[in-house]
Amino acid sequence: QESKTSGLPEYVKIVEVGPRDGLQNEKVIVPTDIKIELINRLSKTGLPAIEVTSFVSSKWVPQMSDHKEVMRGIERYPGVQYPVLTPNLQGFHSAVAAGATEVSVFGAASESFSKMNINCSIEESIDKFQEVVKAARNMNIPVRGYVSCVLGCPYEGNITPVKVAEVSKRLYSMGCYEISLGDTIGVGTPGSMKRMLEAVMKEIPLNALAVHCHDTYGQALANILTAVQMGVAVVDSSVAGLGGCPYAKGATGNVATEDVIYMLNGLGINTGVNLYAVMEAGNFICTALNRKTNSKVAQASFNIESVN
Amino acid sequence: SPGPGVRARSELSLSPQVSAAAGAFPKRVKVVEVGPRDGLQNEKTVVPTPVKISLINMLSETGLQVIEATSFVSPKWVPQMADHTEVMRGINKLPGISYPVLTPNLKGFQAAVAAGAKEVSIFGAASELFTKKNINCSIEESLERFDEVMTAARAASIPVRGYVSCVLGCPYEGKISPAKVAEVSKKMYAMGCYEISLGDTIGVGTPGSMREMLTAVMKEVPVGALAVHCHDTYGQALANILVALQMGVNVVDASVAGLGGCPYAQGASGNVATEDLVYMLNGLGIHTGVDLQKLMDAGTFICNALNRRTNSKVSQANCRL
Repeated sequence: QESKTSGLPEYVKIVEVGPRDGLQNEKVIVPTDIKIELINRLSKTGLPAIEVTSFVSSKWVPQMSDHKEVMRGIERYPGVQYPVLTPNLQGFHSAVAAGATEVSVFGAASESFSKMNINCSIEESIDKFQEVVKAARNMNIPVRGYVSCVLGCPYEGNITPVKVAEVSKRLYSMGCYEISLGDTIGVGTPGSMKRMLEAVMKEIPLNALAVHCHDTYGQALANILTAVQMGVAVVDSSVAGLGGCPYAKGATGNVATEDVIYMLNGLGINTGVNLYAVMEAGNFICTALNRKTNSKVAQASFNIESVN
Repeated sequence: SPGPGVRARSELSLSPQVSAAAGAFPKRVKVVEVGPRDGLQNEKTVVPTPVKISLINMLSETGLQVIEATSFVSPKWVPQMADHTEVMRGINKLPGISYPVLTPNLKGFQAAVAAGAKEVSIFGAASELFTKKNINCSIEESLERFDEVMTAARAASIPVRGYVSCVLGCPYEGKISPAKVAEVSKKMYAMGCYEISLGDTIGVGTPGSMREMLTAVMKEVPVGALAVHCHDTYGQALANILVALQMGVNVVDASVAGLGGCPYAQGASGNVATEDLVYMLNGLGIHTGVDLQKLMDAGTFICNALNRRTNSKVSQANCRL
């Protein structure tokens, strides 16, 4: 088995963020029942975690305004986690009332990004999350922490690995069980990924780390490979590569789950996910969105079939 | 390449391959630009000769050291390359830049030399079925045909680059054994090819199969004589190239704007985009000598001429920021 002798993890957990991060960055507003159908299909693929929605104000993110209905409407498969975003205490309570059993909070490694996005400093945002984490821990609800801009910021440019490590450590020590490191604008390369992870790994145990790579510059799989070679065993991705980049109009965003699985399969790494089933879910949502898939694996597979 | 050891996953230290590889990326990589030949050959729109010449001239200004200019193949088979003589004669040949051309047989070789070619390429394959379907003979027979070209090239002091197709999979045979790839590569190297470009023709390879294949080939051919030619049909190209670099390969083929679809999967992509490759190499601190902006400009030029969107994500992202 390739993975056993090469130092690669034997198993990688894939966190599917299509229904939230993906759809949130798609222009077309997707009806509630389509969202629910997508999540139900993804639940059958073997994916261990599916990010369902975001309990954020509908004023800010209209695509997620049906968060309660989606949370209540989906089938909950045993063994599958359904985390939701909760930017503040109000969102958290709303999420729990709607049945959420895992939540996520978002920090950033860039002061400018934090200011531009949620109009407060990193420190202030962490104070807000502290409230959420405290409430969540009281209810035994696990919290995942995201750190944005870990390999570059649309406003500040370069981000130091030390800053990423610092913010990650804050989120981890306040009680987040996992820290997902996001290359928000996809500018990272295997070089910057390695340097950043080396810094973060000094502060946080490997098994609490995840990478969330964007494919805006085509670097995502190479960056994920680098992370996996360093022992990271949790990878975020989005079915069909849903979700463009809000900072580069027309450019791509999330890496496609299908393409990640194809690579991990080829490395002999177990994911528990049925690639074909994911492709079918991707086909479903792309048809509903009336758009082409961003997954090259899906493109190649469906086209070979049509030629035959 | 470093030997594999078994390491506990709980160890913070990197695996032996990675820890050796971490410091072992090549300092320089030679990028072989195949857009004007492999790229255009797989584009449906036939491109006028002046546009081809302008593209190559623009690429000559980017710092690229090798630009595959055209193919001296019969226009009956490849109409896109029918103007091979005009292109070869029409381009500005800058000093320090090599402009190899494909020569599938002796006739093509002679035409290429007459048109001014100073370097040629020949194509083998690691799959019998692929060879049969493509040129209607066995691998052995195809190499015998190339012998003529090799002899003539040697007599004219013209270097020959050897391509091996289907190194990570074949559209007809499916899996391809690394031993077979090593065997064909060794033969072509022994025949006198100065470099062997290993092509993942249908892009099915992954970092796993790339590593396996290179391990086998590197037993027979020195790593300094190896290149990788990855297709991005399944989105794996850059990850595959990364592994090749980690194993010491320092020549990588790519196509400006990711020109050239896959003839075996309609609508799917083919060649990896040179811009995306250079972006990654820059990020790794690996010297290529290539000016990424000028490269993007050349890509924009040819995409406009082809009336198509670029396949390069770097180009796509940069246009919008």
